[in-house]
Amino acid sequence: MHFYTPRKLAAGLGSGHGATAAHWFMSVSGIGLAILTPLFVIAVGGAIGLDRAGVVAHFGRPFAAVVTGLFVVVGMIHWIRGTFVMIDDYVQGGPRAWAQILTQLFGWAVVALTLFALARVLLAPDVAVVVPAAAPVVIVN
Amino acid sequence: MVQFTLPKNSRITTGKTWPAPQGATRVKTFRIYRWDPDSGENPRIDSYTLDLDKCGPMVLDALIKIKTEIDPTLTFRRSCREGICGSCTMNIDGGNHLACIYGIDEVKGDVAIYPLPHMPVVKDLIPDLTMFYAQHAFVQPYLKTETPAPGREWRQTVEDRKKLDGLYECILCAACSTSCPSYWWNGDRFLGPAALLHAYRWIIDSRDEATGERLDDLEDPFKLYRCHTIMNCTNTCPKGLNPAKAIANIKHLMVERSL
Repeated sequence: MHFYTPRKLAAGLGSGHGATAAHWFMSVSGIGLAILTPLFVIAVGGAIGLDRAGVVAHFGRPFAAVVTGLFVVVGMIHWIRGTFVMIDDYVQGGPRAWAQILTQLFGWAVVALTLFALARVLLAPDVAVVVPAAAPVVIVN
Repeated sequence: MVQFTLPKNSRITTGKTWPAPQGATRVKTFRIYRWDPDSGENPRIDSYTLDLDKCGPMVLDALIKIKTEIDPTLTFRRSCREGICGSCTMNIDGGNHLACIYGIDEVKGDVAIYPLPHMPVVKDLIPDLTMFYAQHAFVQPYLKTETPAPGREWRQTVEDRKKLDGLYECILCAACSTSCPSYWWNGDRFLGPAALLHAYRWIIDSRDEATGERLDDLEDPFKLYRCHTIMNCTNTCPKGLNPAKAIANIKHLMVERSL
């Protein structure tokens, strides 16, 4: 049992004095994504159906590389922050902290992997991809 | 964690049924949530079938008829009977409405009546609005000034007065706040649409001299920014007001002063 009055509960610990920056970031990144999303679809769409060499050549062009990089970075930061709020809304207690940690890890992992892949395509497009040899097929009559 | 199932002692059971009066031709059944904390029993749904030819046109008329003529234990709030006091807000046919201005003929089939969603129930259709009123008090809904009071009234231009239209009409019926999913999940930290509409009413008032302090008090991840513009508040307001727009205007002012 606590001795808080409803008025004290409504006031809580007062104001956090910091949410407008987050709100503004989400608004601006949302507008940025509205512009980047169709460009990203065009950039990725151009690589559909190409073989590996074609895909490497495609993402070696500035437009596809820059748009893909921007979309993933802006999109994932937007996603991480949005998901953080959603978890805050709907999950309580211990699971909340774990869910937020996992969300951060996943989001930043996607950003890191995408930037690594783009850097590799741009800086070392001829690096051979090691493909495990297929097992010999034995036909038994 | 959000709970999507009711605890065992809150699960609703089937209650009593009062049949239609003899000889009634135009009848309507009202399925009403009943719960008495003193009984120790689970909530139940009682069914009352009324003769519409001997009942007023509004849902509140039916409730009063039930209480007067059939079941005096039915408990609900009501006062003005004309949509001004905000006492008789309840969940009718799945939406939050003022029972006194909501017509029985607006509901197809049986009329399901529950207390306002996600609020503690005092008894039957009466929700506990203590927290709701505390949140209203938190926004300090009164004129705050530094300068000495004038000899007569605080003057305001016609244009400035017009800014209060669509805000001052709020009757604090709680229909908006209790229809807001953000308020359902975070009702202890998010102020809710009604309190924020009132906050904006005083922020935008040209006579008020505490605009900055009021904005300071609202700048918080939960108090203001838990509004995700779901718009249930605007959709449900029985007075036709737009709390979502008022909240968006507060956010706009917050951004404007921080840039």
